[in-house]
Amino acid sequence: MTHSFPWLTLLIVLPLAGAVALCFAKDTSVRLIALGITAADLLLSLPLWWLFDASSGSMQFNETALWISTPPIHYRLGLDGISLPLVLMTTMLMPLCVLISWRSIDQRIRSFMAMLLVMEGAMIGVFAALDFVLFYVFWEAMLIPMYLLIGVWGGPNRIYAAVKFFLYTLVGSVLLLVAILVLYFQSGHTFDIVQLSQAAVPASLQFWLFLAFFAAFAVKVPMFPFHTWLPDAHVEAPTAGSVILASVLLKMGGYGFVRFSLPMLPDASIAFAPLMITLSIVAIIYGAYMALAQTDLKKLIAYSSVSHMGFVTLGLFTFNIQGIEGAVMQMVNHGITTGGLFLCVGVIYERTHSRQIADNTGLTTPMPRYATLLVIFALSSLGLPGTNSFVGEFMVLAGTFIWSKLATALASLGIILAAAYMLWMIQRVAFGLPSAPVLSALRDLDRREMATLIPLVVLVFLIGIFPNPILTRMHASVNQVLARTSVPTAATAMRAENQLLPAPTNGDSLAMETPRP
Amino acid sequence: MTFSPGDLFLILPELLVITAACLVLVLDPVLSSSQKDGLAWLSLGTLAICMGLIASQMNHAASAFGGIVIIDAYACFWRLLLCFVAGLTVLLSHTYLREERLYFGEYYGFVLLSLSGMMVMVSAADLLTIYLGTELMSLSLYVMAGLKRSEPRSLEASAKYFVLGAFSSGILLYGISLLYGATGSTRLPAIAAAIAGRSLDDPLLLAATVLLAVGFGFKLAVVPFHMWTPDVYQGAPTSVTAFMAVASKAASFGAFLRVFVEGLGSLKANWSAIFLLVCIATLVLGNIVALVQTNIKRMLAYSSIAHAGYALIGVVAAGVAGTQTGEANGITAVMLYLALYAFMTFGAFTIVAMLRKGGLDGDEIEDFSGLAARHPLAALLMLVFMVSLAGIPPTAGFIGKFYVFMAAVEAGLTWLAVLALVFAAISAYYYLRIIMVMYMREPDPLTAASPRLIMSPALSIVLACAVAGVVFFGLYPSPLVNLAGHAVLTFK
Repeated sequence: MTHSFPWLTLLIVLPLAGAVALCFAKDTSVRLIALGITAADLLLSLPLWWLFDASSGSMQFNETALWISTPPIHYRLGLDGISLPLVLMTTMLMPLCVLISWRSIDQRIRSFMAMLLVMEGAMIGVFAALDFVLFYVFWEAMLIPMYLLIGVWGGPNRIYAAVKFFLYTLVGSVLLLVAILVLYFQSGHTFDIVQLSQAAVPASLQFWLFLAFFAAFAVKVPMFPFHTWLPDAHVEAPTAGSVILASVLLKMGGYGFVRFSLPMLPDASIAFAPLMITLSIVAIIYGAYMALAQTDLKKLIAYSSVSHMGFVTLGLFTFNIQGIEGAVMQMVNHGITTGGLFLCVGVIYERTHSRQIADNTGLTTPMPRYATLLVIFALSSLGLPGTNSFVGEFMVLAGTFIWSKLATALASLGIILAAAYMLWMIQRVAFGLPSAPVLSALRDLDRREMATLIPLVVLVFLIGIFPNPILTRMHASVNQVLARTSVPTAATAMRAENQLLPAPTNGDSLAMETPRP
Repeated sequence: MTFSPGDLFLILPELLVITAACLVLVLDPVLSSSQKDGLAWLSLGTLAICMGLIASQMNHAASAFGGIVIIDAYACFWRLLLCFVAGLTVLLSHTYLREERLYFGEYYGFVLLSLSGMMVMVSAADLLTIYLGTELMSLSLYVMAGLKRSEPRSLEASAKYFVLGAFSSGILLYGISLLYGATGSTRLPAIAAAIAGRSLDDPLLLAATVLLAVGFGFKLAVVPFHMWTPDVYQGAPTSVTAFMAVASKAASFGAFLRVFVEGLGSLKANWSAIFLLVCIATLVLGNIVALVQTNIKRMLAYSSIAHAGYALIGVVAAGVAGTQTGEANGITAVMLYLALYAFMTFGAFTIVAMLRKGGLDGDEIEDFSGLAARHPLAALLMLVFMVSLAGIPPTAGFIGKFYVFMAAVEAGLTWLAVLALVFAAISAYYYLRIIMVMYMREPDPLTAASPRLIMSPALSIVLACAVAGVVFFGLYPSPLVNLAGHAVLTFK
């Protein structure tokens, strides 16, 4: 099904044009214009949800134009059930990012809003691009605005964090470029993502290409041990920057795996699955442990992101429908919940100018509305049934169970630890006694801040109770990915388990159980 | 040798440039200092006419003077680029010279003379003519580098450039003479015919090839023949540096490709091995040393060395590609790279030239502190040029790198592409540092004179051209890709 209306181009061009328009706007109206443009982009993206044909796994809203003739590079856009929720999540979050920066950004507001808008255009472009070179252009084009967002408007150690973010992601993605070029010459001289997803690449070559893809996507996710840029970047970035980083940029890593690694390099994906699952579980547990130890709210949430994104990569490499759908759900949910948590930290930082847990305690009395919302996001983050995160994490664990019971057991530890660090954080921040008298005098959320947080709360419960609309739109597309990575045989699953558990010495019953096919 | 008046028409652009150069030199003493602006406009007008003429010659390959000169699409591609860069140089110099109080009318004459040498280099098919073009280019540049007579560093740059340049010219000439001894000709087609089927077992041929490679290596400023570059780039007036970094490099690549592809094409297996080593050394040294520079002109000098390394990847790829399309793609990539590199490098040097500290160049990286707060537009332009030099899309620099790496992968040099891309990522660090200094640092309150930015309509035109090229070709490179693809050389 094709639509003649260029939805996706408009979605990308509108914020970019808005960024240009901001250069000529009056200082006083910059915020309103940015809000208007992001809101317009959101409204423009909403019809896609209903126009999307859930029965089809192929790309929809396609647009194609020849961009460069030699080699044939196309301006090719389209969405399927995997990218649609991610695009909508992006357009939904951006007005909130503008709102939260309303007062907290007080210098160079014009450039700040322009950067946000450029980011929005590039991020939507990444999810919508169906030409590998076009994808790479959008993927890299985000680096500079993000670098500036962190480096200009960030915290005290912002320059270090910005450079670290930039170099980590750049080194990862240059290898991706080589892989794209090699793939071009290996699979019929095309950069078309849909065609490449059906091409057969020799298994030995897939090995190297997978490593190159891995370098780009694992840094972005970030997978253990490539996560070290994340806590720095999150802590130093301004609130809107943290939200964009956590909610959208990290998703691009997961999106990269499911869009490129799995369908284009199925053999290598299956071969690397044990390693990927091991790294995911390490990330889940390690991230959660690190989160327990943090005294800085943003750092706590940053490490919890490492843990939660571990579920995404875990689900993707189980190669079954629950796992992959759960992973995509988890991406959307993490975007909503962690976005909400970062917004909450931003709100309190505006008031107390501290992100330390010890400086922000006992907020229920002065700020009841704030405490309520914070608790909701925290409960969602720990995967309470009825909230959105439960759906994704449960599906991922269900998918992992088919693959390996041991992996499931280990990953579940992450949820328990999440309950520990989140509840402990809540106990101190919301319910403790105020550590300083000034805390009792804080004003509660105003209307702007409520407007920033309420949409996310609604989504937390909406998806938590009724996730089906997202899942039905995903089915056909995920099945296409699965068709490429045929369900692994018992032998490969067995190998995965053996890798996970170093030589079972005492006949551990979990490890010896044969996996269900 | 037969001579026909039609031959003169073919080299009309060169003749016009030389005539204008002589006119400038003659008029200079006659004009009062207020009228000397006219010399710049005379030069610009000539260049505009030349570009029109060259564009009209694009589609008719012809040789003149018995094959000494070949005016084909390849030559026209480079001549067009060189005239364009010379035009930008004149515009930049117009303001910069006044700021530096260098009222030399000869300046424009030397730009044009140097340009005519470059144009001869890229359109000659005879080694001696190429040599003459190189000398004409270099001799003018030696003078231009030393124009700031009151500044020791400028004089040092000039002297150093002259000594090393003369040395390299000698080596080049020696190579030419040996090649003449081995093949009995200095014409490229005759050389190609004479060495077809021969290998480098012939010591004479081996020595000639190596000496030619060394001689051109100096002109291209590739490692290990790059020593002169940082000192000369730093010492020369910034407008001259921009001209050298862009035009002289482009002309040298143009002549270099012509010699090695059309003349020594059958030895490509041998010379591509040499240039592979040179290429790697250039990438490594250029990028690593640029990391620690504190002077932006020196940093851009090392960056220009590194960029010659990226362009060499295309040369190596053309040399080892087994197929005709692979060879063509390698050469196209080099041509494209140099053309795109011209926009971003010239733009960057223009911003450097605009930044003044007292009566001097504000060419320390520190001088860029807080530029974004004081001059947001200039900082934004510099950001675009830096991003482009780092090869990050959607800028021209990415397109240039994309085609070079594509040629490398096609030729089976995937490992070289990986290596070069890793160094591209490293290079991002020093380009990023400029952005960081401009956007994330405040100017040091202790330094008395905070640098200011000179502005003029001419500079605005230069910057507009440069940034338009960087952004337009970054978003839509097809016209330039097609032009380079149309003008590409074929191995003989």
